[in-house]
Amino acid sequence: MSQVFGAVFAPGFFASTQVQVAVVVGTMVAVVASAVGVFTVIRGQSFAGEALGDIGTTGGSGAFLVGAGPLWGFLAISIVAAAAMELIGIQRPRGRDLATGIVLGAGLGLAALLLYFDATYHNKTGATVTILFGSIFLIPSSTLPLVVLLSAIVLAIVAVLYRPLLLSSMSTELAAARGIPVRPVGALYLLALAIAVALASVTIGTILSTALLVGPAAAALRLTRRPATAMLAAALIGIGAMWLGIVLAYDSYDWPPIHDGWPVSFFVVTIIFVLYLLAGVPGLWRARQRRRADATTGGPLIAERR
Amino acid sequence: MINAWTEATIVAVVAGVVGFFTVLRGSAFVAHAVPNGSFAGAAGASLLGINTIVGLGVFSLLGALGIGVLGRRGRHDVVTALALVFMLGLGALFLKLSAESEPEIYSLLFGQVLGISNTEIAPTAALAVVCVAVIAVLYRPLMLSSVLAEAGEARGVSRFRMELCFLVVVALATTMTVPVVGTLLIFSLMIGVPAAARSFTDRPAPAIALSVAIALVTVWLAIALSYTTNYPVGFFVGTISAFSYALGRAWAAWRRSRTAGVPTAEPEVAGSGT
Repeated sequence: MSQVFGAVFAPGFFASTQVQVAVVVGTMVAVVASAVGVFTVIRGQSFAGEALGDIGTTGGSGAFLVGAGPLWGFLAISIVAAAAMELIGIQRPRGRDLATGIVLGAGLGLAALLLYFDATYHNKTGATVTILFGSIFLIPSSTLPLVVLLSAIVLAIVAVLYRPLLLSSMSTELAAARGIPVRPVGALYLLALAIAVALASVTIGTILSTALLVGPAAAALRLTRRPATAMLAAALIGIGAMWLGIVLAYDSYDWPPIHDGWPVSFFVVTIIFVLYLLAGVPGLWRARQRRRADATTGGPLIAERR
Repeated sequence: MINAWTEATIVAVVAGVVGFFTVLRGSAFVAHAVPNGSFAGAAGASLLGINTIVGLGVFSLLGALGIGVLGRRGRHDVVTALALVFMLGLGALFLKLSAESEPEIYSLLFGQVLGISNTEIAPTAALAVVCVAVIAVLYRPLMLSSVLAEAGEARGVSRFRMELCFLVVVALATTMTVPVVGTLLIFSLMIGVPAAARSFTDRPAPAIALSVAIALVTVWLAIALSYTTNYPVGFFVGTISAFSYALGRAWAAWRRSRTAGVPTAEPEVAGSGT
Protein backbone atom coordinates (compact mmCIF):
# COMPACT_ATOMS: atom_id res chain seq x y z
CA MET A 1 0.00 0.00 0.00
CA SER A 2 2.67 2.45 1.06
CA GLN A 3 4.70 1.52 -2.01
CA VAL A 4 1.81 2.41 -4.29
CA PHE A 5 1.40 5.60 -2.29
CA GLY A 6 5.05 6.44 -2.70
CA ALA A 7 4.90 5.77 -6.43
CA VAL A 8 1.93 8.08 -6.92
CA PHE A 9 3.06 10.93 -4.69
CA ALA A 10 6.71 11.76 -5.23
CA PRO A 11 8.76 12.35 -2.05
CA GLY A 12 8.18 15.74 -0.47
CA PHE A 13 4.78 16.25 -2.09
CA PHE A 14 2.91 16.91 1.14
CA ALA A 15 5.71 18.89 2.80
CA SER A 16 6.02 21.43 0.00
CA THR A 17 4.41 24.82 0.69
CA GLN A 18 4.13 25.50 -3.03
CA VAL A 19 2.09 22.35 -3.48
CA GLN A 20 -0.15 23.24 -0.55
CA VAL A 21 -0.85 26.72 -1.91
CA ALA A 22 -1.37 25.26 -5.39
CA VAL A 23 -3.89 22.71 -4.11
CA VAL A 24 -5.83 25.29 -2.09
CA VAL A 25 -5.95 27.89 -4.88
CA GLY A 26 -6.60 25.25 -7.53
CA THR A 27 -9.54 23.87 -5.59
CA MET A 28 -11.06 27.29 -5.02
CA VAL A 29 -10.66 28.32 -8.64
CA ALA A 30 -12.17 25.02 -9.79
CA VAL A 31 -15.24 25.55 -7.61
CA VAL A 32 -15.75 29.17 -8.72
CA ALA A 33 -15.14 28.27 -12.36
CA SER A 34 -17.68 25.47 -12.34
CA ALA A 35 -20.37 27.59 -10.69
CA VAL A 36 -19.92 30.30 -13.32
CA GLY A 37 -19.07 27.81 -16.05
CA VAL A 38 -22.42 26.03 -16.07
CA PHE A 39 -24.10 29.32 -16.95
CA THR A 40 -21.35 30.17 -19.42
CA VAL A 41 -22.03 26.93 -21.28
CA ILE A 42 -25.83 27.26 -21.13
CA ARG A 43 -25.66 30.85 -22.38
CA GLY A 44 -23.16 29.94 -25.11
CA GLN A 45 -20.61 32.45 -23.86
CA SER A 46 -17.51 30.26 -23.86
CA PHE A 47 -15.91 32.67 -26.29
CA ALA A 48 -16.47 35.58 -23.90
CA GLY A 49 -14.91 33.56 -21.09
CA GLU A 50 -11.89 32.73 -23.21
CA ALA A 51 -11.58 36.27 -24.54
CA LEU A 52 -11.73 37.84 -21.08
CA GLY A 53 -8.80 35.67 -20.06
CA ASP A 54 -6.81 36.65 -23.15
CA ILE A 55 -7.61 40.32 -22.69
CA GLY A 56 -6.45 39.94 -19.10
CA THR A 57 -2.96 39.70 -20.60
CA THR A 58 -3.34 43.38 -21.41
CA GLY A 59 -4.13 44.19 -17.81
CA GLY A 60 -1.37 41.95 -16.53
CA SER A 61 1.24 43.58 -18.75
CA GLY A 62 -0.09 47.03 -17.84
CA ALA A 63 0.24 46.17 -14.17
CA PHE A 64 3.86 45.06 -14.72
CA LEU A 65 4.44 48.47 -16.28
CA VAL A 66 3.14 50.54 -13.38
CA GLY A 67 4.39 48.09 -10.77
CA ALA A 68 0.99 47.08 -9.42
CA GLY A 69 0.08 43.49 -8.59
CA PRO A 70 -0.97 41.58 -11.72
CA LEU A 71 -4.30 40.57 -10.19
CA TRP A 72 -5.41 44.21 -10.07
CA GLY A 73 -4.48 44.68 -13.70
CA PHE A 74 -6.38 41.54 -14.70
CA LEU A 75 -9.39 42.55 -12.66
CA ALA A 76 -9.55 46.11 -13.99
CA ILE A 77 -9.18 45.17 -17.65
CA SER A 78 -11.58 42.22 -17.45
CA ILE A 79 -14.31 44.39 -16.01
CA VAL A 80 -13.72 47.12 -18.61
CA ALA A 81 -13.74 44.51 -21.39
CA ALA A 82 -16.95 42.93 -20.07
CA ALA A 83 -18.58 46.37 -20.03
CA ALA A 84 -17.45 46.99 -23.61
CA MET A 85 -18.87 43.63 -24.75
CA GLU A 86 -22.15 44.45 -23.08
CA LEU A 87 -22.26 47.85 -24.81
CA ILE A 88 -21.50 46.42 -28.26
CA GLY A 89 -24.25 43.88 -27.83
CA ILE A 90 -23.25 40.55 -26.36
CA GLN A 91 -26.80 40.07 -25.08
CA ARG A 92 -28.17 39.53 -28.60
CA PRO A 93 -27.61 35.98 -29.82
CA ARG A 94 -26.33 37.17 -33.19
CA GLY A 95 -24.14 39.91 -31.76
CA ARG A 96 -22.55 37.65 -29.16
CA ASP A 97 -19.74 36.40 -31.32
CA LEU A 98 -18.98 39.75 -32.87
CA ALA A 99 -19.04 41.82 -29.67
CA THR A 100 -16.57 39.44 -28.07
CA GLY A 101 -14.41 39.37 -31.19
CA ILE A 102 -14.14 43.13 -31.57
CA VAL A 103 -13.22 43.67 -27.92
CA LEU A 104 -10.74 40.81 -28.04
CA GLY A 105 -9.02 42.20 -31.15
CA ALA A 106 -8.65 45.66 -29.66
CA GLY A 107 -7.51 44.25 -26.32
CA LEU A 108 -4.83 42.08 -27.92
CA GLY A 109 -3.51 45.02 -29.90
CA LEU A 110 -3.09 46.93 -26.67
CA ALA A 111 -1.45 43.90 -25.08
CA ALA A 112 1.13 43.85 -27.88
CA LEU A 113 2.02 47.46 -27.11
CA LEU A 114 2.17 47.03 -23.34
CA LEU A 115 4.29 43.88 -23.59
CA TYR A 116 6.61 45.78 -25.89
CA PHE A 117 6.93 48.52 -23.26
CA ASP A 118 7.53 45.91 -20.56
CA ALA A 119 10.34 44.41 -22.60
CA THR A 120 11.83 47.76 -23.62
CA TYR A 121 11.70 49.85 -20.48
CA HIS A 122 11.61 47.32 -17.69
CA ASN A 123 13.56 44.43 -19.12
CA LYS A 124 10.67 42.27 -18.01
CA THR A 125 11.15 39.55 -20.56
CA GLY A 126 9.36 36.86 -18.58
CA ALA A 127 6.05 38.72 -18.74
CA THR A 128 4.55 37.13 -21.85
CA VAL A 129 4.96 33.54 -20.86
CA THR A 130 4.14 34.05 -17.19
CA ILE A 131 0.92 35.80 -18.03
CA LEU A 132 -0.24 33.49 -20.80
CA PHE A 133 0.71 30.17 -19.33
CA GLY A 134 0.84 30.98 -15.64
CA SER A 135 2.30 28.64 -13.11
CA ILE A 136 0.34 27.30 -10.22
CA PHE A 137 3.52 26.44 -8.35
CA LEU A 138 4.63 30.07 -8.28
CA ILE A 139 1.64 31.56 -6.47
CA PRO A 140 2.78 33.55 -3.42
CA SER A 141 0.80 32.52 -0.33
CA SER A 142 0.19 36.22 0.39
CA THR A 143 -2.42 36.38 -2.40
CA LEU A 144 -4.57 33.78 -0.65
CA PRO A 145 -6.85 36.23 1.25
CA LEU A 146 -7.58 38.13 -1.98
CA VAL A 147 -8.33 34.90 -3.83
CA VAL A 148 -10.75 33.86 -1.09
CA LEU A 149 -12.45 37.27 -1.13
CA LEU A 150 -12.92 37.30 -4.91
CA SER A 151 -14.17 33.71 -4.92
CA ALA A 152 -16.74 34.65 -2.28
CA ILE A 153 -17.90 37.66 -4.33
CA VAL A 154 -18.39 35.56 -7.45
CA LEU A 155 -20.19 32.77 -5.63
CA ALA A 156 -22.43 35.35 -3.92
CA ILE A 157 -23.39 36.93 -7.26
CA VAL A 158 -24.19 33.51 -8.74
CA ALA A 159 -26.22 32.50 -5.66
CA VAL A 160 -28.26 35.72 -5.68
CA LEU A 161 -28.85 35.62 -9.44
CA TYR A 162 -29.42 31.87 -9.62
CA ARG A 163 -33.13 31.65 -10.46
CA PRO A 164 -33.57 34.75 -12.66
CA LEU A 165 -30.30 34.02 -14.44
CA LEU A 166 -31.28 30.42 -15.08
CA LEU A 167 -34.65 31.42 -16.51
CA SER A 168 -33.23 34.18 -18.71
CA SER A 169 -30.49 31.83 -19.91
CA MET A 170 -33.07 29.23 -20.94
CA SER A 171 -35.54 31.59 -22.54
CA THR A 172 -35.20 35.35 -22.79
CA GLU A 173 -38.84 35.82 -23.75
CA LEU A 174 -40.18 33.79 -20.86
CA ALA A 175 -37.95 35.62 -18.39
CA ALA A 176 -39.01 39.00 -19.74
CA ALA A 177 -42.67 37.96 -19.52
CA ARG A 178 -42.15 37.10 -15.87
CA GLY A 179 -40.81 40.58 -15.22
CA ILE A 180 -37.15 39.64 -14.88
CA PRO A 181 -34.85 42.51 -15.90
CA VAL A 182 -33.05 40.34 -18.45
CA ARG A 183 -30.36 42.78 -19.51
CA PRO A 184 -29.20 43.87 -16.03
CA VAL A 185 -29.16 40.24 -14.91
CA GLY A 186 -27.06 39.34 -17.94
CA ALA A 187 -24.71 42.26 -17.30
CA LEU A 188 -24.25 41.30 -13.64
CA TYR A 189 -23.53 37.74 -14.68
CA LEU A 190 -20.93 39.04 -17.15
CA LEU A 191 -19.32 40.90 -14.23
CA ALA A 192 -19.16 37.68 -12.22
CA LEU A 193 -17.65 35.96 -15.24
CA ALA A 194 -15.05 38.73 -15.60
CA ILE A 195 -14.01 38.47 -11.94
CA ALA A 196 -13.90 34.68 -12.05
CA VAL A 197 -11.80 34.67 -15.21
CA ALA A 198 -9.41 37.30 -13.84
CA LEU A 199 -9.00 35.29 -10.67
CA ALA A 200 -8.40 32.08 -12.60
CA SER A 201 -6.05 33.52 -15.20
CA VAL A 202 -3.83 35.32 -12.76
CA THR A 203 -3.41 32.31 -10.54
CA ILE A 204 -3.27 29.46 -13.01
CA GLY A 205 -2.83 31.14 -16.41
CA THR A 206 -5.20 31.93 -19.25
CA ILE A 207 -5.19 28.44 -20.75
CA LEU A 208 -6.20 26.71 -17.56
CA SER A 209 -8.74 29.38 -16.75
CA THR A 210 -10.67 28.65 -19.95
CA ALA A 211 -10.26 24.91 -19.55
CA LEU A 212 -11.67 24.95 -16.01
CA LEU A 213 -14.46 27.35 -16.92
CA VAL A 214 -15.79 25.48 -19.94
CA GLY A 215 -14.59 21.87 -19.73
CA PRO A 216 -16.01 20.54 -16.44
CA ALA A 217 -19.29 22.43 -16.90
CA ALA A 218 -19.76 21.12 -20.45
CA ALA A 219 -18.92 17.57 -19.38
CA ALA A 220 -21.35 17.82 -16.46
CA LEU A 221 -24.12 19.17 -18.69
CA ARG A 222 -23.67 16.18 -20.95
CA LEU A 223 -24.31 13.90 -17.97
CA THR A 224 -27.22 15.70 -16.35
CA ARG A 225 -29.74 18.34 -17.37
CA ARG A 226 -30.36 19.69 -13.87
CA PRO A 227 -28.33 22.89 -13.43
CA ALA A 228 -27.70 22.47 -9.70
CA THR A 229 -26.56 18.87 -10.13
CA ALA A 230 -24.45 19.95 -13.08
CA MET A 231 -22.72 22.59 -10.94
CA LEU A 232 -21.88 20.01 -8.31
CA ALA A 233 -20.66 17.50 -10.88
CA ALA A 234 -18.65 20.20 -12.65
CA ALA A 235 -16.99 21.22 -9.37
CA LEU A 236 -16.07 17.60 -8.67
CA ILE A 237 -14.68 17.10 -12.18
CA GLY A 238 -12.75 20.37 -11.97
CA ILE A 239 -11.27 19.62 -8.57
CA GLY A 240 -10.40 16.06 -9.59
CA ALA A 241 -8.65 17.21 -12.77
CA MET A 242 -6.81 19.93 -10.86
CA TRP A 243 -5.54 17.61 -8.13
CA LEU A 244 -4.51 14.89 -10.54
CA GLY A 245 -2.76 17.49 -12.69
CA ILE A 246 -0.85 18.87 -9.70
CA VAL A 247 0.25 15.39 -8.60
CA LEU A 248 1.38 14.46 -12.10
CA ALA A 249 3.20 17.77 -12.57
CA TYR A 250 4.99 17.28 -9.27
CA ASP A 251 5.93 13.73 -10.22
CA SER A 252 7.13 14.85 -13.65
CA TYR A 253 10.16 16.61 -12.15
CA ASP A 254 11.88 13.24 -12.49
CA TRP A 255 10.69 12.60 -16.02
CA PRO A 256 12.82 12.76 -19.16
CA PRO A 257 13.89 14.57 -21.22
CA ILE A 258 14.43 17.76 -19.21
CA HIS A 259 13.97 16.75 -15.56
CA ASP A 260 12.45 20.15 -14.91
CA GLY A 261 8.79 19.28 -14.58
CA TRP A 262 6.16 19.25 -17.31
CA PRO A 263 3.66 22.12 -17.17
CA VAL A 264 0.62 21.65 -14.92
CA SER A 265 -1.57 23.24 -17.56
CA PHE A 266 -0.74 20.47 -20.02
CA PHE A 267 -1.87 17.75 -17.59
CA VAL A 268 -5.03 19.48 -16.40
CA VAL A 269 -6.13 20.45 -19.91
CA THR A 270 -5.57 16.94 -21.24
CA ILE A 271 -7.48 15.37 -18.34
CA ILE A 272 -10.39 17.77 -18.82
CA PHE A 273 -10.47 17.21 -22.58
CA VAL A 274 -10.55 13.43 -22.14
CA LEU A 275 -13.26 13.70 -19.47
CA TYR A 276 -15.37 15.85 -21.81
CA LEU A 277 -15.07 13.28 -24.58
CA LEU A 278 -15.90 10.44 -22.16
CA ALA A 279 -18.95 12.34 -20.87
CA GLY A 280 -20.31 12.23 -24.41
CA VAL A 281 -20.29 8.43 -24.50
CA PRO A 282 -23.53 7.84 -22.52
CA GLY A 283 -25.40 10.33 -24.73
CA LEU A 284 -24.01 8.69 -27.85
CA TRP A 285 -25.04 5.29 -26.55
CA ARG A 286 -28.56 6.51 -25.66
CA ALA A 287 -28.94 8.07 -29.09
CA ARG A 288 -27.95 4.80 -30.69
CA GLN A 289 -30.46 2.84 -28.56
CA ARG A 290 -33.16 5.30 -29.56
CA ARG A 291 -32.24 5.07 -33.22
CA ARG A 292 -32.46 1.32 -33.01
CA ALA A 293 -35.82 1.57 -31.29
CA ASP A 294 -36.99 4.09 -33.89
CA ALA A 295 -35.86 1.84 -36.68
CA THR A 296 -38.02 -0.99 -35.35
CA THR A 297 -41.07 1.10 -34.47
CA GLY A 298 -40.72 3.58 -37.32
CA GLY A 299 -40.87 6.46 -34.85
CA PRO A 300 -39.40 9.91 -35.42
CA LEU A 301 -35.68 10.48 -35.43
CA ILE A 302 -34.82 13.21 -33.00
CA ALA A 303 -31.38 14.69 -33.30
CA GLU A 304 -30.03 15.38 -29.91
CA ARG A 305 -27.67 18.32 -29.60
CA ARG A 306 -26.11 19.04 -26.32
CA MET B 1 10.56 46.99 -46.09
CA ILE B 2 9.27 46.20 -49.60
CA ASN B 3 8.89 42.58 -48.48
CA ALA B 4 6.82 43.65 -45.50
CA TRP B 5 4.52 45.68 -47.73
CA THR B 6 4.04 42.86 -50.22
CA GLU B 7 3.45 40.28 -47.54
CA ALA B 8 1.07 42.43 -45.53
CA THR B 9 -0.86 43.27 -48.69
CA ILE B 10 -1.40 39.58 -49.46
CA VAL B 11 -2.44 38.95 -45.87
CA ALA B 12 -4.90 41.84 -45.94
CA VAL B 13 -6.60 40.59 -49.11
CA VAL B 14 -7.08 37.09 -47.69
CA ALA B 15 -8.17 38.37 -44.27
CA GLY B 16 -10.68 40.68 -45.93
CA VAL B 17 -12.25 37.90 -48.01
CA VAL B 18 -12.16 35.08 -45.45
CA GLY B 19 -13.10 37.48 -42.65
CA PHE B 20 -16.29 38.46 -44.44
CA PHE B 21 -17.55 34.89 -44.24
CA THR B 22 -16.27 34.56 -40.69
CA VAL B 23 -18.42 37.47 -39.57
CA LEU B 24 -21.37 36.32 -41.69
CA ARG B 25 -21.28 32.84 -40.19
CA GLY B 26 -20.66 34.07 -36.65
CA SER B 27 -17.45 32.06 -36.50
CA ALA B 28 -15.32 34.62 -34.70
CA PHE B 29 -14.40 32.13 -32.00
CA VAL B 30 -13.11 29.64 -34.55
CA ALA B 31 -11.13 32.39 -36.26
CA HIS B 32 -9.56 33.11 -32.89
CA ALA B 33 -9.05 29.52 -31.80
CA VAL B 34 -7.44 28.09 -34.95
CA PRO B 35 -4.61 30.66 -35.27
CA ASN B 36 -4.10 30.77 -31.52
CA GLY B 37 -3.99 27.00 -31.18
CA SER B 38 -1.71 26.59 -34.18
CA PHE B 39 0.85 28.36 -32.04
CA ALA B 40 1.41 24.94 -30.47
CA GLY B 41 2.33 23.65 -33.92
CA ALA B 42 5.02 26.28 -34.26
CA ALA B 43 6.39 25.36 -30.83
CA GLY B 44 6.31 21.68 -31.74
CA ALA B 45 8.08 22.35 -35.02
CA SER B 46 10.91 24.11 -33.26
CA LEU B 47 11.13 21.20 -30.81
CA LEU B 48 11.49 18.71 -33.68
CA GLY B 49 13.65 21.07 -35.69
CA ILE B 50 11.36 21.24 -38.72
CA ASN B 51 10.00 24.24 -40.63
CA THR B 52 7.63 26.42 -38.60
CA ILE B 53 5.19 26.67 -41.50
CA VAL B 54 4.78 22.88 -41.53
CA GLY B 55 4.03 22.82 -37.81
CA LEU B 56 1.57 25.68 -38.13
CA GLY B 57 -0.14 24.04 -41.11
CA VAL B 58 -0.51 20.64 -39.47
CA PHE B 59 -1.85 22.02 -36.21
CA SER B 60 -4.23 24.52 -37.75
CA LEU B 61 -5.66 21.86 -40.07
CA LEU B 62 -6.00 19.28 -37.29
CA GLY B 63 -7.52 21.90 -34.99
CA ALA B 64 -10.00 23.08 -37.62
CA LEU B 65 -11.07 19.56 -38.59
CA GLY B 66 -11.29 18.54 -34.92
CA ILE B 67 -13.57 21.47 -34.18
CA GLY B 68 -15.70 20.66 -37.22
CA VAL B 69 -16.13 16.97 -36.39
CA LEU B 70 -16.60 17.32 -32.62
CA GLY B 71 -18.85 20.35 -33.10
CA ARG B 72 -21.32 18.14 -34.92
CA ARG B 73 -22.32 16.45 -31.69
CA GLY B 74 -21.49 18.98 -28.99
CA ARG B 75 -22.06 22.68 -28.48
CA HIS B 76 -19.97 24.47 -31.04
CA ASP B 77 -18.45 27.12 -28.78
CA VAL B 78 -17.64 24.59 -26.06
CA VAL B 79 -15.88 22.32 -28.53
CA THR B 80 -13.95 25.27 -29.94
CA ALA B 81 -12.85 26.39 -26.48
CA LEU B 82 -11.76 22.90 -25.48
CA ALA B 83 -9.89 22.28 -28.72
CA LEU B 84 -8.14 25.61 -28.23
CA VAL B 85 -7.05 24.96 -24.66
CA PHE B 86 -5.97 21.44 -25.53
CA MET B 87 -3.74 22.75 -28.31
CA LEU B 88 -2.38 25.50 -26.06
CA GLY B 89 -1.68 22.94 -23.34
CA LEU B 90 0.35 20.96 -25.86
CA GLY B 91 2.05 24.21 -26.83
CA ALA B 92 2.97 24.88 -23.20
CA LEU B 93 4.51 21.41 -23.02
CA PHE B 94 6.46 21.85 -26.29
CA LEU B 95 7.75 25.23 -25.14
CA LYS B 96 8.91 23.80 -21.85
CA LEU B 97 10.62 20.85 -23.55
CA SER B 98 12.32 22.93 -26.21
CA ALA B 99 13.19 25.89 -23.96
CA GLU B 100 12.22 28.39 -26.66
CA SER B 101 13.54 31.87 -26.02
CA GLU B 102 11.14 34.62 -25.03
CA PRO B 103 11.53 36.95 -28.05
CA GLU B 104 10.67 34.10 -30.41
CA ILE B 105 7.46 33.37 -28.53
CA TYR B 106 6.58 37.04 -28.63
CA SER B 107 7.11 37.18 -32.37
CA LEU B 108 4.98 34.08 -32.88
CA LEU B 109 2.17 35.55 -30.83
CA PHE B 110 2.33 39.09 -32.11
CA GLY B 111 4.05 38.74 -35.48
CA GLN B 112 7.19 40.09 -37.03
CA VAL B 113 6.14 41.72 -40.26
CA LEU B 114 9.24 43.87 -40.60
CA GLY B 115 11.52 40.83 -40.54
CA ILE B 116 10.07 39.04 -43.57
CA SER B 117 12.60 37.69 -46.04
CA ASN B 118 12.32 37.28 -49.81
CA THR B 119 11.95 33.53 -49.66
CA GLU B 120 8.90 33.69 -47.43
CA ILE B 121 6.77 35.59 -49.91
CA ALA B 122 6.26 32.85 -52.50
CA PRO B 123 4.65 30.27 -50.16
CA THR B 124 2.42 32.92 -48.63
CA ALA B 125 1.29 34.06 -52.05
CA ALA B 126 0.58 30.47 -53.09
CA LEU B 127 -1.52 29.79 -50.00
CA ALA B 128 -3.32 33.08 -50.51
CA VAL B 129 -4.25 32.15 -54.07
CA VAL B 130 -5.56 28.77 -52.86
CA CYS B 131 -7.67 30.44 -50.14
CA VAL B 132 -9.22 32.99 -52.44
CA ALA B 133 -9.77 30.37 -55.16
CA VAL B 134 -11.58 28.02 -52.77
CA ILE B 135 -13.80 30.87 -51.60
CA ALA B 136 -14.49 31.88 -55.21
CA VAL B 137 -15.44 28.34 -56.24
CA LEU B 138 -17.63 27.81 -53.18
CA TYR B 139 -18.99 31.35 -53.22
CA ARG B 140 -22.68 30.62 -53.88
CA PRO B 141 -23.19 27.46 -51.79
CA LEU B 142 -21.10 28.88 -48.95
CA MET B 143 -23.10 32.09 -48.96
CA LEU B 144 -26.39 30.18 -48.99
CA SER B 145 -25.27 27.84 -46.23
CA SER B 146 -24.01 30.76 -44.11
CA VAL B 147 -27.15 32.85 -44.37
CA LEU B 148 -29.90 30.24 -44.62
CA ALA B 149 -28.51 26.91 -43.53
CA GLU B 150 -31.89 25.13 -43.78
CA ALA B 151 -32.60 26.38 -47.29
CA GLY B 152 -29.11 25.26 -48.21
CA GLU B 153 -29.78 21.78 -46.87
CA ALA B 154 -32.99 21.65 -48.87
CA ARG B 155 -31.05 22.51 -52.01
CA GLY B 156 -28.51 19.79 -51.31
CA VAL B 157 -25.81 21.99 -49.80
CA SER B 158 -24.59 20.02 -46.80
CA ARG B 159 -24.14 22.31 -43.83
CA PHE B 160 -21.51 20.06 -42.34
CA ARG B 161 -19.48 19.86 -45.54
CA MET B 162 -19.61 23.64 -45.98
CA GLU B 163 -18.51 24.09 -42.39
CA LEU B 164 -15.55 21.77 -42.95
CA CYS B 165 -14.58 23.57 -46.18
CA PHE B 166 -14.77 26.91 -44.42
CA LEU B 167 -12.71 25.65 -41.49
CA VAL B 168 -10.03 24.38 -43.85
CA VAL B 169 -9.89 27.80 -45.52
CA VAL B 170 -9.50 29.42 -42.10
CA ALA B 171 -6.70 26.96 -41.33
CA LEU B 172 -4.92 27.77 -44.62
CA ALA B 173 -5.31 31.50 -44.04
CA THR B 174 -3.93 30.97 -40.54
CA THR B 175 -0.87 29.12 -41.73
CA MET B 176 0.09 31.93 -44.08
CA THR B 177 -0.74 34.86 -41.86
CA VAL B 178 0.60 33.77 -38.48
CA PRO B 179 4.28 34.33 -39.28
CA VAL B 180 3.39 37.83 -40.49
CA VAL B 181 0.94 39.30 -38.02
CA GLY B 182 1.16 36.69 -35.28
CA THR B 183 -1.39 34.25 -33.93
CA LEU B 184 -3.20 36.83 -31.88
CA LEU B 185 -3.63 39.63 -34.37
CA ILE B 186 -4.71 37.98 -37.58
CA PHE B 187 -7.91 37.80 -35.65
CA SER B 188 -8.49 41.57 -35.42
CA LEU B 189 -8.06 41.84 -39.20
CA MET B 190 -10.52 39.01 -39.77
CA ILE B 191 -13.24 40.34 -37.47
CA GLY B 192 -13.08 44.09 -36.96
CA VAL B 193 -12.54 44.99 -40.60
CA PRO B 194 -15.26 42.84 -42.24
CA ALA B 195 -17.70 43.80 -39.49
CA ALA B 196 -17.01 47.45 -40.29
CA ALA B 197 -17.51 46.79 -44.00
CA ARG B 198 -20.85 45.15 -43.31
CA SER B 199 -22.18 48.22 -41.54
CA PHE B 200 -21.65 50.23 -44.71
CA THR B 201 -23.41 47.88 -47.10
CA ASP B 202 -25.68 44.85 -46.85
CA ARG B 203 -24.90 43.49 -50.29
CA PRO B 204 -22.28 40.75 -50.15
CA ALA B 205 -20.05 41.53 -53.13
CA PRO B 206 -19.54 45.23 -52.32
CA ALA B 207 -19.10 44.30 -48.66
CA ILE B 208 -16.28 41.89 -49.55
CA ALA B 209 -14.61 44.50 -51.74
CA LEU B 210 -14.94 47.12 -49.02
CA SER B 211 -13.64 44.67 -46.43
CA VAL B 212 -10.53 44.03 -48.52
CA ALA B 213 -10.06 47.78 -49.06
CA ILE B 214 -10.31 48.58 -45.34
CA ALA B 215 -7.96 45.70 -44.52
CA LEU B 216 -5.41 47.04 -47.00
CA VAL B 217 -5.58 50.55 -45.57
CA THR B 218 -5.30 49.12 -42.07
CA VAL B 219 -2.14 47.11 -42.67
CA TRP B 220 -0.48 49.81 -44.77
CA LEU B 221 -1.15 52.43 -42.12
CA ALA B 222 -0.07 50.03 -39.38
CA ILE B 223 3.24 49.25 -41.09
CA ALA B 224 3.97 52.92 -41.78
CA LEU B 225 3.14 53.91 -38.21
CA SER B 226 5.09 51.01 -36.78
CA TYR B 227 8.07 51.95 -38.93
CA THR B 228 8.10 55.55 -37.74
CA THR B 229 7.24 54.99 -34.08
CA ASN B 230 8.96 51.61 -33.59
CA TYR B 231 5.89 50.34 -31.70
CA PRO B 232 4.66 46.82 -32.57
CA VAL B 233 2.64 46.44 -35.78
CA GLY B 234 0.04 44.40 -33.92
CA PHE B 235 -0.90 47.32 -31.75
CA PHE B 236 -1.74 49.47 -34.77
CA VAL B 237 -3.56 46.65 -36.58
CA GLY B 238 -5.72 45.99 -33.52
CA THR B 239 -6.44 49.63 -32.84
CA ILE B 240 -7.20 50.62 -36.43
CA SER B 241 -9.50 47.61 -36.90
CA ALA B 242 -11.45 48.46 -33.78
CA PHE B 243 -11.58 52.09 -34.84
CA SER B 244 -12.93 51.19 -38.29
CA TYR B 245 -15.63 49.09 -36.64
CA ALA B 246 -16.59 52.03 -34.42
CA LEU B 247 -16.82 54.21 -37.55
CA GLY B 248 -19.01 51.61 -39.22
CA ARG B 249 -21.36 51.49 -36.25
CA ALA B 250 -21.52 55.29 -36.15
CA TRP B 251 -22.31 55.38 -39.88
CA ALA B 252 -25.04 52.75 -39.49
CA ALA B 253 -26.57 54.65 -36.57
CA TRP B 254 -26.48 57.93 -38.50
CA ARG B 255 -28.10 56.38 -41.55
CA ARG B 256 -30.79 54.81 -39.42
CA SER B 257 -31.57 58.11 -37.73
CA ARG B 258 -31.88 59.75 -41.18
CA THR B 259 -34.21 57.10 -42.49
CA ALA B 260 -36.16 56.97 -39.23
CA GLY B 261 -39.87 56.84 -39.96
CA VAL B 262 -39.32 55.14 -43.31
CA PRO B 263 -39.86 51.45 -42.72
CA THR B 264 -36.78 49.68 -43.95
CA ALA B 265 -36.51 45.97 -44.48
CA GLU B 266 -33.09 45.85 -42.93
CA PRO B 267 -32.23 42.26 -42.10
CA GLU B 268 -31.20 41.35 -38.56
CA VAL B 269 -27.50 41.45 -39.14
CA ALA B 270 -24.94 40.96 -36.44
CA GLY B 271 -23.35 44.27 -35.58
CA SER B 272 -25.77 46.57 -37.38
CA GLY B 273 -28.61 46.40 -34.87
CA THR B 274 -29.15 48.67 -31.92
